[in-house]
Amino acid sequence: MTVSSEPADLVSRQKYFGWVGRLSAAQRGILIAMLIFAAMFIVYGWKQAAGLTPNMINTAANKGALLALVAMAQTLPVITRGLDLSVGATFVLANCLASTIVVDGPIATTFGIFGVLLLGLACGAVNGLIIVYGRLQPLIATLATSAVYFGIALAVRPQPGGSVNFELADFMTRSSFAVPHSVLLLLAVVVFIWIPYRRSVLGRAAFAIGSSEQAAYMSGIPINRAKMLAYTLSGLLASIGGILLTALTYSGAAKMSIANEYTLNSIGAVVIGGTSLFGGVGSAVGSIFGAFVMRTVGDLLIVFDINPVLQPLFVGVVLLVAVSLGSLRVLRIKNRLDIYR
Amino acid sequence: MSESKSPYLLSMSGITKRYGGVRALENVSFDTHRGSIHALLGENGAGKSTLIKILSGVVQPDSGTIELDGNTVSFTNPQQANDLGVSCIFQELSLLPDLTVADNIGITRPPLKFGMIDYRAQRRIAEEALARVGGENIDPMETVSNLSLSRRQMVEIAKALARNPKILILDEATSALTAADVDKVFKMLHRLRDEGMAIIYISHRMPEIAELADTCTVYRNGTKVETFKNGTKSDSAVVEMMIGREYSSVYPAKSTRPTASKPILKVSDFSWNDELNGIDLEMRPGEIVGLGGLDGQGQRQLQLGLFGTLIGASGSVEINGAPVKLNSPKMAKSDDIGIALVPEDRKYEGLMLSMTVRENLSFAAVEKMSRMGVVDKRAEEAAIDEMIALLKIKADGIDGPVGALSGGNQQKVVIGKWLMTKPRIILLNDPTRGIDVGTKQEIYQLLQKLASEGCAILLYSTDYDELIGCCDRVLVMYDGRIVRTLAGEDLNETNLVSAALNLPEQAAKRPEPKKLQEASL
Repeated sequence: MTVSSEPADLVSRQKYFGWVGRLSAAQRGILIAMLIFAAMFIVYGWKQAAGLTPNMINTAANKGALLALVAMAQTLPVITRGLDLSVGATFVLANCLASTIVVDGPIATTFGIFGVLLLGLACGAVNGLIIVYGRLQPLIATLATSAVYFGIALAVRPQPGGSVNFELADFMTRSSFAVPHSVLLLLAVVVFIWIPYRRSVLGRAAFAIGSSEQAAYMSGIPINRAKMLAYTLSGLLASIGGILLTALTYSGAAKMSIANEYTLNSIGAVVIGGTSLFGGVGSAVGSIFGAFVMRTVGDLLIVFDINPVLQPLFVGVVLLVAVSLGSLRVLRIKNRLDIYR
Repeated sequence: MSESKSPYLLSMSGITKRYGGVRALENVSFDTHRGSIHALLGENGAGKSTLIKILSGVVQPDSGTIELDGNTVSFTNPQQANDLGVSCIFQELSLLPDLTVADNIGITRPPLKFGMIDYRAQRRIAEEALARVGGENIDPMETVSNLSLSRRQMVEIAKALARNPKILILDEATSALTAADVDKVFKMLHRLRDEGMAIIYISHRMPEIAELADTCTVYRNGTKVETFKNGTKSDSAVVEMMIGREYSSVYPAKSTRPTASKPILKVSDFSWNDELNGIDLEMRPGEIVGLGGLDGQGQRQLQLGLFGTLIGASGSVEINGAPVKLNSPKMAKSDDIGIALVPEDRKYEGLMLSMTVRENLSFAAVEKMSRMGVVDKRAEEAAIDEMIALLKIKADGIDGPVGALSGGNQQKVVIGKWLMTKPRIILLNDPTRGIDVGTKQEIYQLLQKLASEGCAILLYSTDYDELIGCCDRVLVMYDGRIVRTLAGEDLNETNLVSAALNLPEQAAKRPEPKKLQEASL
């Protein structure tokens, strides 16, 4: 017998959680990540003997912004139910190239920035081409291209070094009216890349694909173009991260450990930010907060006087808790076979 | 005959489609006018769905032509069909669960402003489309996965309408609707027809077709039988057209088996999630009980429920008079209960395709052949050899991957894997689908043998001949409940089909459509 009333859980959700119950899954994810971050940051500021100085905020923001950009890059493929293991390598490659061409006067610097962004787009587009037209699984395709991109980074900068336009670096590390410029950069990326993408036909197609690729096909959605765009933009965002890294460190370095750390942490940040690894649900804004949550764990350890060596342990615990919140859906499943789907 | 343009809005002719060696459609034609509702009728697998898939660009025909408005067209994907005005509402919903209702309705052709989706306009379009189908009470900003099945189906119809199609296809699109919604949708379909839309309607609910259609076409076995004006044929004549084929005698004689008087399995008031509604069932050792009815009336769920995979099923299950709990397949196959399930999808639920035949055979029974967690290799090998001999599985393949065997041999391995557990109750879900006649016959003989050895067998099949040929009695399911039990003389195809359509016992008498509809919902 079919009943016309809505499922009970929806009704109760709206009854007991009020406006929070009305939020979409992605919005709830952002909210949770925001709250976790706010709680951690308040504890951090409160425990800090000197209180929160603008300088400290600036340093924390700069560290978080790097991971936030890479995590945003990771968000786009994940929304299509894909994955991009090459974001870290693209980030490092962009750093190496930027430390070579984003130098000298303002004109050369401008061209240099465009050059690095183009490189990021190209890296993403290659991933997209291999995945969409080569029909390889995203995991293995980007694992392979990640090695390729890192190899190019080594060729560009065999030894750590290089430099960067001083004005750019100086500007990116400062803050105006207590707002760090790196945060402004994140804001700009959200306003000029994420929101237009989210509202574009291909952007929504990405959500549709992640939600159900079959139904998306049946609805006549341009699947290939949407996937291409998701991976290409992912490369672009990772390269913006690479430029920021160059500005913060005044140099470039092709280090595998950096590429790997950023790739893995980006996945964690994406999940904490409420983006589903099953695709279809998510937001790059959530990933920003996810990134800041992961970065703040380290700072908290310092104020609580815990050996910083233990940082990975605590990051892992935070990640597990966040992922557990996301998999509560299993409790609602009514056919055990669906658990294994 | 004039040489002018075709009088039809849509004219399909000579359509042939094969899947591998299986013929789905053979030289089929279909024509329909503007401003008409055309119903497609036929049994499961008659070719209706394939025809619709071809028309909506999901699959491509091997040969044949499609003319739309007098122009020959061909669709290589659903988008092209959409662009030319063919919109289809499929049986399996094509909604995107994580997106909002408005997003779903606007997904194919969203309103744009500065190259971005204009959400306000999209919301308005969604509200209009929902109002058109009578779903004003659906919030366009709600996420689709939060809606009940019946609401989702309304959204699906609104989505198809928002594309302003010339041809609207509904493939079992009303199966999940409530009676009130069906009314609204029918009113809307009549209005759309009067506005000049061509509507193609597929449903297994005969009363609905009687109420709705102008023209009916019957398909059988991949060929077209007849097109006629609605109301010119009796229900029984239509059912005859749908069956109309001869019995083949591949079935072994039903030997008179000693049937115990006490039931081994007794199920009372078994319900789950709106898909099973109060099932009562008794099976005795030595009995072969059939499950009939149209696809998707809860047969699969009933078997899964008895195998312990459904969470929150209510009702009671007794084995030999003792109530049991069925919370997992592991429990179901335990010695105390002894249930085995040969699942619907042998490739994904039945076998580990890349592993060998031997390994696959011993998976389910490996605990029975081990002591303190250590597998008794010799007992295992002996049992496997015995099973291979019993099932006559091709000997040269038994150490290779099971995926390399033919469909028939794969199915034998699935059955063998469960026979190794020495079950007392065997559930089979359409075990002969897509299998050659020879292997089918072997499976039938095996079922008779198992029953005569005292097994109770519950066989679900979409093939009516098979139910008649194999089963002692057949329980026909409709909408999650058992609507009729057929045995002896009554177990014939006419009765099976009319029971499957939930027509009253005398199929010849047409019921007042309204009443039956409400009763069936």
